[in-house]
Amino acid sequence: MKEIDAVQKRLLQEVADLHDVPEGAYNLRANGQSIGRNTTANIDIQSKPEGNGIDITIKKGTKNESVHIPVVLSESGIKETVYNDFFVEDDCDVLIVAGCGIDNCGNQDSQHNGIHRFFIGKNSRIRYVEKHYGSGDGSGKRILDPVTEVHMDCGSTMEMEMVQIKGVDSTDRSTIAELKEDAKLIIRERLMTHGQQKAFSTYKVELNGDGSSADIVSRSVARDNSYQKLDLCIVGSAACSGHTECDSIIMDNGRILAVPSLEANNIDAALVHEAAIGKIAGEQLTKLMTLGLTEAEAEEQIINGFLK
Amino acid sequence: MLEIKNLSFSAENEGKTVDIINDISLKFDDNKFIVITGPNGGGKSTIAKLIAGIENVTGGNIIFDGTDITNMNITERARLGIGFAFQQPVRFKGLTVFDLLNIAAGKSLSLSEGCEYLSEVGLCAKDYIKREVNASLSGGELKRIEIATILARNVKLAIFDEPEAGIDLWSFNNLIRIFEKMQSSDSNRTIIVISHQERILNIADEIIVLADGKIIKQGTKEKILPEIIGTQYASDLCKKLS
Repeated sequence: MKEIDAVQKRLLQEVADLHDVPEGAYNLRANGQSIGRNTTANIDIQSKPEGNGIDITIKKGTKNESVHIPVVLSESGIKETVYNDFFVEDDCDVLIVAGCGIDNCGNQDSQHNGIHRFFIGKNSRIRYVEKHYGSGDGSGKRILDPVTEVHMDCGSTMEMEMVQIKGVDSTDRSTIAELKEDAKLIIRERLMTHGQQKAFSTYKVELNGDGSSADIVSRSVARDNSYQKLDLCIVGSAACSGHTECDSIIMDNGRILAVPSLEANNIDAALVHEAAIGKIAGEQLTKLMTLGLTEAEAEEQIINGFLK
Repeated sequence: MLEIKNLSFSAENEGKTVDIINDISLKFDDNKFIVITGPNGGGKSTIAKLIAGIENVTGGNIIFDGTDITNMNITERARLGIGFAFQQPVRFKGLTVFDLLNIAAGKSLSLSEGCEYLSEVGLCAKDYIKREVNASLSGGELKRIEIATILARNVKLAIFDEPEAGIDLWSFNNLIRIFEKMQSSDSNRTIIVISHQERILNIADEIIVLADGKIIKQGTKEKILPEIIGTQYASDLCKKLS
């Protein structure tokens, strides 16, 4: 594997909790090229012939293995779109860690668009963690526009944890999913924007099979002059159950538009949405101050807990 | 020792100034259990909030262990050792019971230390320590967690604003036991409880009856309790609940 520098190491820690080369299968991408890859007997990673992404194939019955595919950009001015396809065969139980960290100290924009497609086989369980992080004090923007597409076969389960807490100037993320019989999708999104940042997050989940279910919970905080639009939609076209929850805190001059929507096309579709936006409750601050915290410390504790 | 001198508090209501606390002076000695009772709207909770700094006085002074704390904010008073248990405990999405106990203790507690505080208030520690302090907890559970945060802080002055409000009979019995234990410990702690429950009044060293923002009775339990028993200032929660 090629050497990685200190900045890239720090980014890898932020987005994938990696302090060293991960165990199991991995593909590390830095500044537009693959700098390290490992495959296992059950998990294969191949570059696409066009050279713009990878195919990850997880063999039938693979259990308790992991795949890490983090991306770091530490040079200013790189713009890339990468297509990664995951083919998960039947009866697997695997952890997939993706994520992108951008450090931009220059004056040109840096942008990474990860287009991830998942084809999840019957009765397979996937836990997917995707973290986005930005740092650097250049005037160039850090931009991430990921697209995630999930196709779930009968009885499969996917838990997705999507986190973007710091430093990404602009993001427009789109997640779409379709579920067959008894498939189950759980999404936990945590988003914080600050400064002049803008974030758009759109989910469209189609419950097409009887017994399928989706639970999408988005918690977000908009500080300073930042703006967020959260668009959570579940379409129920079978005897299914769906729940979306959009819970947001606004601070300073932050603005949030939450657009939860439900579409029921079957008499046995049970769909629920909840949405709430508000500032930190004064009584929460007061309570923590009576425990000895300053107002600023109390705010920090409340936000950290909310986004945990 | 806590001393309040000529304390007044007034608030605006529909364009008129209403006096809530009217020139009250009191001394609270160390290691005493004091219960403040009185009719609703008489100023009981307000006086508790004025001591903790949650409301600001409009006149008078508050002296705590020789320091004038009248102009100190909530945080500064908390750091001097004043604890306040809310009548209606606050819920937090995301913060766990363990997080709250750590904040209260002002240090990183071990899991077993955290569990000890919960056991003290009669909660099965392993079921609660990782729970979020959110709407999934009942009023009684929240109240006990609220009291656990006071225990974790190990304060010099603990103020409880109507601790029996919204709790079940079992929790109430447990509450009495916690107060008795706090009182009997050798921590030299003063406890002020806002309550008109007979059983809480019955364990007091001193009782203060407040009405219309003024003290109408004050003295030892032995003197005051017989005078107010059976009135609205000393009601029996157990009878009400049974």
